[in-house]
Amino acid sequence: MDSQTQSLNTLKDIKQMMERSSRFISLSGLSGVAAGVCALIGAWFAYDVIYGSRVSFSTGHARYRGDKLNDVTPTDAVSLTEFMGSKLFFIAVATFIAALVLAFLFTYLRSRKNNTPLWGVTARRLMINVALPMMVGGIFLWKMIQAGIFGLIAPGCLIFYGLALVNASKYTLQEIRFLGYGQILLGLVNLWFIGYGIHFWALGFGVLHIIYGIVMWWKYEKA
Amino acid sequence: MKNIIEHLNKLFDSRLRLGIMSALMVNEEVNFNELKELMQATDGNLASHIKALEEVGFIKVQKGFVGRKTNTTYSVTKSGEKAFKAHLDALEKMIRSTK
Repeated sequence: MDSQTQSLNTLKDIKQMMERSSRFISLSGLSGVAAGVCALIGAWFAYDVIYGSRVSFSTGHARYRGDKLNDVTPTDAVSLTEFMGSKLFFIAVATFIAALVLAFLFTYLRSRKNNTPLWGVTARRLMINVALPMMVGGIFLWKMIQAGIFGLIAPGCLIFYGLALVNASKYTLQEIRFLGYGQILLGLVNLWFIGYGIHFWALGFGVLHIIYGIVMWWKYEKA
Repeated sequence: MKNIIEHLNKLFDSRLRLGIMSALMVNEEVNFNELKELMQATDGNLASHIKALEEVGFIKVQKGFVGRKTNTTYSVTKSGEKAFKAHLDALEKMIRSTK
């Protein structure tokens, strides 16, 4: 008789049920790709703001110096960074929302296709465990912006996001752990290359997301 | 061969019961609706299998309220855990022996 295949099937069932009941498995690879593309577009706009304004800032600065020797008041610099900050802030928020909506959409579609409930204990557990490091990181970075330490923002984003992903890997597809390691590594390396934040940011949030998304899609969803 | 089959627990013959046990093994507690969604089973069918597992003392039932709605959660007992693990071992042996 086929008792071997029967036992194998039973074990497979058990394994599947254990997975389905304890991990959020609907996370789609396409969500990663979409988030990565959003990040790259956002970074492209942000790059314009940062380097565009730095040029005008330095030329304005030089002209000022030429007219009146050494008479640059600190308030000029602050208002300029504030202006730049607000525009950057707008780009950041828009990027974040676009990435979140698209990521949600693809995961929603996958959960419908697989007939697994989207919102349940597993989703809630995943959300809580991602949200905690992200919120702590957000508050920390916000205070850093207030203190004017802009150079550490990009590495900070990467490191906290990486930690959130490593934490999340216990509650969803395990491979997300490697995406987390990648982000942390990039963030740490970035600490020694302050001033290239936007490049590292684009590499982490853009390129790594897209690579991860394609690999996951290939592995689980191609069919 | 006979020997090995004897170790397979008759109580775990049904897919639904195995599913319930599997879900309870990896979660501290699961409520009725979550089990229903996971197994994609009907109320009556799920309830009868839960009852069977409860009667032999493999799972515990806790009745509570969320607001006004009843919320019944289930968790696995020590003896349930033991029986389930023995069942898994038996399955494994069966696969090995027929290779």
